[in-house]
Amino acid sequence: MRLRFNLVLGLTLALLVIVCALGAGWIAPYDPVLHADLMNSEMPPSWEHPMGTDGQGRDVFSRVLYGAQVSLTVGLVSQLINSFIGTALGVSAGYFGGWWDDLVNGLTNVMLAIPSLVFALAIMAVLGPGLPSLLIALGLTNWSWTCRIARSSTLSLKNQGFVQAAVSAGFGDFNIMRTQILPNILGPVLVMATLGIGSAVLAEAALSFLGVGIRPPQPSWGNMLTDARELLRAAPWAAIYPGLAIFITVLGFNLLGDGMRDLLDPHMRTRKV
Amino acid sequence: MKAGGTGVPVAPAFNLVFGERQPSRMMRFILRRTLQMIPTLLVVVLIIFVIFSVVPGSFISSLMSEGRNATNADVMAHLNQQFGLDKPLLVRLWDYLWGLAHFDLGISYRTREPVWNVIEPRLWPSIKLALAAMFFAALVGIPLGFVAALKPGSVIDTGTMMVAISGLSLPEFWFGLLLMYVFALQLGWLPSFGYNADSFQHLILPAIALGVSPMALLARTTRAGVLDVMNADFVRTARAKGVSEPRLVRSHVARNVLVLVLTTLGLQVGSLMGQAIVIEKLFSWPGIGSLLVDSVAARDIPVVQGAVIVIVLWFLVINMLVDVAYAAVDPRIKVT
Repeated sequence: MRLRFNLVLGLTLALLVIVCALGAGWIAPYDPVLHADLMNSEMPPSWEHPMGTDGQGRDVFSRVLYGAQVSLTVGLVSQLINSFIGTALGVSAGYFGGWWDDLVNGLTNVMLAIPSLVFALAIMAVLGPGLPSLLIALGLTNWSWTCRIARSSTLSLKNQGFVQAAVSAGFGDFNIMRTQILPNILGPVLVMATLGIGSAVLAEAALSFLGVGIRPPQPSWGNMLTDARELLRAAPWAAIYPGLAIFITVLGFNLLGDGMRDLLDPHMRTRKV
Repeated sequence: MKAGGTGVPVAPAFNLVFGERQPSRMMRFILRRTLQMIPTLLVVVLIIFVIFSVVPGSFISSLMSEGRNATNADVMAHLNQQFGLDKPLLVRLWDYLWGLAHFDLGISYRTREPVWNVIEPRLWPSIKLALAAMFFAALVGIPLGFVAALKPGSVIDTGTMMVAISGLSLPEFWFGLLLMYVFALQLGWLPSFGYNADSFQHLILPAIALGVSPMALLARTTRAGVLDVMNADFVRTARAKGVSEPRLVRSHVARNVLVLVLTTLGLQVGSLMGQAIVIEKLFSWPGIGSLLVDSVAARDIPVVQGAVIVIVLWFLVINMLVDVAYAAVDPRIKVT
């Protein structure tokens, strides 16, 4: 019961955010950047402005919708990069073993020791603010858990009959990894990727909040909060709604990841926890 | 008390902490774990060094963009020479590592003080914040997880798990903003930001904001741990013997869960200093995190490197201490 609840709620929230991002151009009542009505700044939520207006008279609702585009792009693309790096390193390390395995293991330990936000901050400082930099910074810094899981799954698969059969049938190493091992570890990798989308959305918001992510005036949930901090007393809604959007998005993908993990793990399915 | 094979004299305090189980092996374990940190730290230094040596805008150019007119070529050459930036990359790396081996982190570009003097006053506020956040997390998270696990499937259980997954999904700086709005701006109970070494009032809001996600994690871990132990054979036996439920929880369950909970707690303390950067910035907290953010903005590379090294070192040392404590508490773990 709980299992379905997680999946359904997670999927609903994730779809909601995806719809908002894709449909921002149609749903948003105002232009997120150009429509700055200074006469109507810091207005509380109303029928014209469902989430109020910010310090420059821009519609918070429209900006939140467009912010979803940034967050989702960063979340999905950076996780795609992370999953690719983590899977490639983890599978090859587990499959070949030896010095390559030691090297990958060492690198994974280093990556785990540097907090990913600190690492991403350093990379952003080098690349400068903007969406492409964010994709690179967050895509390169969060693959260590995927790598570990891919590696340990590969290790246990390597000695199983069907892989051994492929080896004796004379398949090449790359072929075996692609056709025998990869399909069998896709589940856990997908779970990690889904959970990772949530942390990437959080990291993007944090970096933009610190001023090294998405630069204003382009709306991102993180930089909207930077602006809102200054007028917290006068216009709290400008802080509440972008944060709520981050929360709903991250919660959605976390629930989805959790639900998928429960579904994939037969042990969890029988145990009532 | 046996002194083991190496004949190293063992302090009584050591035995108090670790018991009388083969202290010299424990010593070797600690030494080995300490040595294991060095390659990790070296690679971290290398990565950070390489990243910042390809920075397009140098510190010198950021000086110019701040309006201080240093366009004069002579001035730039002089500055480059002063900070050793005219030397080849490998020489600079070697100089840096050589300094590091002597506990010298270099000179800050911005203040021209030794980096350690810039970092040192930031250490205590950061540690204080991490510990306070952990205190809050433990105070709320552990009882929550416990209560949830004692009645699995109940309303309390479901509610706790919702709180836990929400806590892990919450952007902590947004939560900090909300706390600031309610408790500082609306109610006026607490200061909204800043730091005061003597009072705890400034500590409360940032500590709660930072502590929410470890709190959620602790609640989940405690719940999972308690559920595991509750299903264990020795608990069933005790229950069959007629041990009362409160006593069962106290002496059979709690003790066995403690190791797991303490490990989670320790590891969280280790990673909190890195996680705190946004909260520190939000609350203008003078810790390592806000120093790191400011130094990145000013391209004060030696300070950035120093701050990252401190954050990583804190993580590694706490991890090692957790491992050692774990090995000391749980005799099933082999110390080799």
